[in-house]
Amino acid sequence: MLSYIFRRLAQSVLVMAAVSLISFSLFNFVGDPVNNMVGQEATREDRVRIRQDLGLDDPIFTQYVRFMGNALNGDFGLSYRIKRPVSTLIKERLPATLELVFVSAVIALVVGIAAGVYTGIRRNGWLSKTILSTSLVGVSLPTFIIGIALIYLFAVTLRWLPSSGRAGVVELGWWKTSFLTVDGWRSIILPAITLSLFQLTMILRLVRAEMLEVMQADYIKFARARGLSERAINFVHALKNTLVPVITIIGLNIGGLIAFSVITETVFQWPGTGLMFIQAVDFADVPIMAAYLCFVALIFVIVNLIVDLLYVFIDPRIRLGGQ
Amino acid sequence: MATDQALLEIHNLSVQFPTRRGVVEAARAINLQVQPGEVLGLVGESGAGKSTIGNAIIDLLEHPGRVTEGSILFQGEELRGLDDDAMRKVRGDRIGMIFQDPQTSLNPLLRIGEQLIETIRKSLPVSDKEAHSRAVDLLEAVGIDQAEVRLKSYPHQFSGGMRQRVVIALALAGEPDLIIADEPTTALDVSIQAQILDLIRHLCKTRNLGVIIVTHDIGVIANIADRVAVMYRGEVVETGPVAQIVGAPQHDYTISLIAAVPPADRKLERFNSVDYIDGDNLDHSARRIDVGTHWLGEQSHSKSPDGAAVSVENLKLSFVLERALFKRNRKMLQAVDDVTFSIADGETFGLVGESGSGKSTVARLIVGLYKPQAGRIRVMGQEVELHKQDEQSLLARRALQMIFQDPYSSLNGRLKVLDIVAEPIRFFKMAGSEKQVRSIVKDLLDHVGLGAAAAMRYPHEFSGGQRQRISIARALASRPRILICDEPTSALDVSIQAQILNLLKDLQQELGLTMLFISHDLPVIRQMCDRVAVMRNGAICEIAQTELLFNAPSHEYTRHLLDLMPRMDLLDRHYQ
Repeated sequence: MLSYIFRRLAQSVLVMAAVSLISFSLFNFVGDPVNNMVGQEATREDRVRIRQDLGLDDPIFTQYVRFMGNALNGDFGLSYRIKRPVSTLIKERLPATLELVFVSAVIALVVGIAAGVYTGIRRNGWLSKTILSTSLVGVSLPTFIIGIALIYLFAVTLRWLPSSGRAGVVELGWWKTSFLTVDGWRSIILPAITLSLFQLTMILRLVRAEMLEVMQADYIKFARARGLSERAINFVHALKNTLVPVITIIGLNIGGLIAFSVITETVFQWPGTGLMFIQAVDFADVPIMAAYLCFVALIFVIVNLIVDLLYVFIDPRIRLGGQ
Repeated sequence: MATDQALLEIHNLSVQFPTRRGVVEAARAINLQVQPGEVLGLVGESGAGKSTIGNAIIDLLEHPGRVTEGSILFQGEELRGLDDDAMRKVRGDRIGMIFQDPQTSLNPLLRIGEQLIETIRKSLPVSDKEAHSRAVDLLEAVGIDQAEVRLKSYPHQFSGGMRQRVVIALALAGEPDLIIADEPTTALDVSIQAQILDLIRHLCKTRNLGVIIVTHDIGVIANIADRVAVMYRGEVVETGPVAQIVGAPQHDYTISLIAAVPPADRKLERFNSVDYIDGDNLDHSARRIDVGTHWLGEQSHSKSPDGAAVSVENLKLSFVLERALFKRNRKMLQAVDDVTFSIADGETFGLVGESGSGKSTVARLIVGLYKPQAGRIRVMGQEVELHKQDEQSLLARRALQMIFQDPYSSLNGRLKVLDIVAEPIRFFKMAGSEKQVRSIVKDLLDHVGLGAAAAMRYPHEFSGGQRQRISIARALASRPRILICDEPTSALDVSIQAQILNLLKDLQQELGLTMLFISHDLPVIRQMCDRVAVMRNGAICEIAQTELLFNAPSHEYTRHLLDLMPRMDLLDRHYQ
């Protein structure tokens, strides 16, 4: 068990190293940050001096090693645009994104699994059929269209919810949360639903397919033959077996939520890391972009590590091995 | 309940499956009775409707099956028409069920203690603590040691036989009066089979249970049943005491069914072919080709230089069971342990043993699916190595073909039979033109008894026996000199088995093939093989001439296996 965790950790470190190298080298091609930093009237000498100050003339590999060395100390350098430490910027923006992702992950999981189980058991009910055909909308429409449609309906027409921004924030030390006020909840709900919709559909359909398969299994038939109640069969015997593959996908999807949050945050002007990234791309703000991508990769790696451990926890066949 | 009342009485029961192509009558006008303390054997071949009856009794018919007529009286109460709640109280509490495959009957994610206690508490009004002690008692009753500790184990931590014991304990958990066992030992080795049958019989007698054993295996019936009902195409054709059914069958179907069982006590020239059983729908008009002049027979006279078609020396292979960082912590399984034998040209060499004995692994080593860790393999005098692509190795591989156990997964379902059979011919470029390829394939299909028309169809349109014929045609298509048959008939009904084995025998004679025949079924081995090797834990215990091995086994394990063989001539104990 320990050697398993150790192996997984070693793999994670490798993945992180590879991602950071690739993302860092890519950013050398997105444009020249110096153009954005200096005005029209800057002289050629000024530009050369700035380039030297930033170390942009060194070979890419040297730049990368310098970047990683600093990064390991928690220093991602200064943003070219705002001239503030990137780590501080991320720290400021992070709570917004994490809270958004958390709420939408909860929505996707709770609604997705419940609806998946329901449609798996009541295969031919009218409600199941309605859920399934509606859920197709969730996968086929792009996130920004759904976001705009929700804004139009709930913010513009009905005027129930705010259309953008993050209101009602309470500061708890450096963490700014919107969970403690009504306004905070009102402003997080639309972006969270928008972000969760795609994942929700995926989970729903996956749980349903797994459920249908598990219900055909011999041990379900045997459980029926022992006269166990439908509830015990559906929720103890079937659901637990359904979850093994579902959890793998969920792990990947939570990473996906963070990646998708770039679009949702832009649509709703949500002040999270995704919005910051988009703004950084406009400006070729390499330190922010590199730090952000490393951060996303780190989250992916951590989530998948947790998922692998969960897998071991749920399935005794992995945990204990054959005897 | 009056004492003279039958435990279960089925009158005039019919079950139908409405399908798009019309209504299938799975069971028609069935009459059966089971007394307390009696084992009723329900025997028949696949599709006879025997499992349907078991499922109909506890109202678990697969969709869209339904009981259309008749009555099911259990302890004097009509079970037909009970609502879901009432039926749930019958299941488990009064009628227990045991299914075929212990690997899949238990929920893999729940400890067996949880599954047992859940079932006990559902059926009996007992506290959690009492349910726990009952669970321990049940495990002990079905012969599981250290029951207290084993309650905490998960299903995968038990062997197949032990798992079936757990399944039986679960079926007994609600203290039912009737047990329906649907092929309870089909997935188990012969020695485990004997133990499980003994256990079921013991429980039946000590607890005065009624037992219905559903099986296709006459040997099982002969060993355990008191009375037998024989089913054919949805009808019970004959009912009677086991000694009468096995010893003096009355109905034509029963006679031919029993004749098709390969006898364990003597060697026959051919298997009794069963005319009554037409389930395979063979094209009897299919012409057989004259191999003396046909393409297929062109190489049938080639011989190995040293007279040994296949020889293996000191073959070794081990698998890693549990990986670990350091070599000494790894758990290894010695799958093949120093195996040496040689098969002469034209000989049929049997490899027999229980599951896990390594017999299939030996076959896979010879055909090059695994790479041996040590030892030499020679085919037609030519040393073969995995992944070598030179002409000699290709020739050796062409001379060696394999027929697999499972006819369902060994054929590619997306290819037409024509392409499946033609593949080796095309690959080895053994025919001059595509036209010739097609005509050869059609001849081959005719020759294995399928008929040339099969070429344009897909595998799923065929039954298990027919698929095995396709496999044989495919194997013949490279004009092999050696056939490796890995349990070629263990997935088939006994009558189909007889046809396939006869076909293999015929082909061997016509073409002078050498055969490596792998089976766990001793009677089949006796009928097919010239010499036999008995394998256990990866090593060969004994190699002997077949008749010698059966009449005077020298190794203790061989004697043990022979003793466990279900034999119909051992019915005496039921008379007494």
